Amino acid sequence: MRKCFKLLFVIGLSFALLGIATFAESIKLTVTSRAVRGGVNTLLVQWLEDVVFPAFENWMKEQGKDVVVEFIEFGGTDEALKEQYALDLKVGRGADILGFDGFWIPEFDAAGLVKPLDEIVGPSIWEWEGWKHIPPSMREILGYQGKVYGLPLGTDVRVIFYRRDIFEKAGIIPAGSGLRWQPRSWEELLDTARYLKESLPGVIPLQINAGTQMGEATTMQGWFMVLLGTGIHMYDFYSGKWYAKHPGILEALNFYKTVYIDEKLGDARTQLIPGARARTFELFRDGKIAMLVEGDWFWRSVLAPGSEWGLPNRNEVVDWAMMPAEEPGAGYRGQNFVTISGGTGFILNPNTKHPAEAWALMGFAFSREMQLEFQKLQPRIRARDDVPVIGDPVMSEMAKALLRLTTVRPMLPGYPKISYEAQLMTERVVAGLMTPEEAMEAYAEALKEIVGEESLIIVE
Amino acid sequence: MPRATGFFFLAPAFFFIGLFLLFPFIWVFIISFTNVALTGPTALNPAFVGLENYVRLFDFSRWMRSGEFGNALRNTLYFVLGSAVLGQAPLGLAIALAFHRRRGPLRELVFSLATMAWILPDVAVAFAWIAFLDYDFGTLNTVLINLGLGKIDWYFQHPLVAITIFNVWRGTAFSMLLFSAALGSIPPSFWETAEVAGASSWQRFKDVILPLILPHILTDLILITLWTFNTFTPYLITGGGPFFRSETVSMYTYRVAFKFLEFGRGAAVAVVMMAINFVLATGYLLSLRRRRAYG
Repeated sequence: MRKCFKLLFVIGLSFALLGIATFAESIKLTVTSRAVRGGVNTLLVQWLEDVVFPAFENWMKEQGKDVVVEFIEFGGTDEALKEQYALDLKVGRGADILGFDGFWIPEFDAAGLVKPLDEIVGPSIWEWEGWKHIPPSMREILGYQGKVYGLPLGTDVRVIFYRRDIFEKAGIIPAGSGLRWQPRSWEELLDTARYLKESLPGVIPLQINAGTQMGEATTMQGWFMVLLGTGIHMYDFYSGKWYAKHPGILEALNFYKTVYIDEKLGDARTQLIPGARARTFELFRDGKIAMLVEGDWFWRSVLAPGSEWGLPNRNEVVDWAMMPAEEPGAGYRGQNFVTISGGTGFILNPNTKHPAEAWALMGFAFSREMQLEFQKLQPRIRARDDVPVIGDPVMSEMAKALLRLTTVRPMLPGYPKISYEAQLMTERVVAGLMTPEEAMEAYAEALKEIVGEESLIIVE
Repeated sequence: MPRATGFFFLAPAFFFIGLFLLFPFIWVFIISFTNVALTGPTALNPAFVGLENYVRLFDFSRWMRSGEFGNALRNTLYFVLGSAVLGQAPLGLAIALAFHRRRGPLRELVFSLATMAWILPDVAVAFAWIAFLDYDFGTLNTVLINLGLGKIDWYFQHPLVAITIFNVWRGTAFSMLLFSAALGSIPPSFWETAEVAGASSWQRFKDVILPLILPHILTDLILITLWTFNTFTPYLITGGGPFFRSETVSMYTYRVAFKFLEFGRGAAVAVVMMAINFVLATGYLLSLRRRRAYG
């Protein structure tokens, strides 16, 4: 009997100790994003782990709170991360703060997987000083139906990046002249590519993203950039309908056909193999691709000296030009040049056990001071209007030239599926599986299934 | 012992089989008639859609298009025929025959290497094969270039051939071990009699070995067909691409269920896959029963 008491005593004591230990344990917050130190988005990891987290932990300590923040690296593709989030959130798990792409919000919200900030933390979030410096257009990046789900790291624009060294070698730009190249129409762009193909064999003149391997990079950097040049968008914001069949779609597909099939100005294989995007970055870095349509992320993160595909002499050998419309004035809204913007940022996980602390961390990371720290590492267009682009004239210039011409993707739950169909449509053309007409037909068929015939615009 | 006691002892087994096998099966079957998804509006308000998922799967007007179910089914058929029926089984039999009634370091080496290929972890193996067949830096192409033969773009031009060769390499060990054991069970007196009678090696194979190991060949074929049909490892190598030319049915299921996060449609594919597996397994069980009747 005594033995039994002894045992009970020991068990009781251990529970008591465990209880104290749990009580005294610090609050642990986790943050995740597609970023790896020394790999993809390395600057984000450096900013968070080396600057934001230590400062935040100190700040919390001053308030008598013991908070530890940990960053969880994710090295896969954006698509794989989205898959991971959907599965994590469905079972009520995942990191407290999630690096999120704005266009996933509607789809996740419709499924009840993500929630607006004030629903998670409470109305107190509106007391944060940063709101008056984040204009509505920036709030919409991680927003949906007037609600705000997170804070964006900034927005971006898309352009044609070209290698000055290759252009000078081919004699398109006189060496050392400082002159810049800027095509005014598709024909001028194609002519440059033709000339490069002839004069420099072994160099791929032009890569414009196509195919499902590239995922959303195909839709944003490829399909939209071509389609907007024909005068239409994927979606008509006034009628709320999707373009399913339209001469513009055919013209855009024929542009792809010219580049990849008829004249082989681009290399279709590079678009279609697994790991296509990384391969493209590698080829551009090595001077094997002369022109590449990409977002400014490519400039400030991928090619940034010290990054995975970094070019130490980036500022000398890489330059950019605006993407021309098919003909001057024939682009979206009658523009001469086209571009499109998206944005990523951080949202709060609705399942977080420490909503107040997690929000405090977000507000802290998006304070002017911390955002300026990030600007030192990676200058770009930030969400706060009191954080200018500093130290990178190229980024400032891109922002100035293109933000007034830009458009966005429709924030609708059905968009990701339709985006995939657009990728598939370009794939079928550049792989030579279908003619542009057949591919458009199949696209329209798929759209009908996704949103219904009444939501389609069909112009034969 | 009364019958009830027997059931009592079987109850735990039935319970676990029910919980982990029967329940998921029934569940998958049920949601295959819904539009349940992980994201989007149907995640919160799923509805029964009747046979829609199945009709969509067997929409013959487009089912051979890249990325559609028919395309995946055809690829699977080629893959299974090439790698299991024409690859692993004959190769396994050949190795087993070559080393039958022989001992020595060569036999040990060949058996060890084949078995190693079979037991290594998927991811490590996939990575090695990506490196082996890579167009620009692959070992095989380096060898081919040095031999003056020119390089082959395996994963882009011949993705289905590439994963077929991979799977032969990967799985031959099973057939080899099975046939080796089967050959070992043939009484030595049969060989000696055949030798005394002056039978050529072909006659010995045709009249002594083949009839005796025929049931084993059947077992082997059905088992490896089932495994090859369900295998997912090639996805780690080609991802089903380029443009779905190496997408098999198991990859298609994964894509629909976990990339598009459409569980309803994914479940419908899984049910069709289960039906095909069921037919194969039934064939296996029937052949076993017949063998027992004769043997």
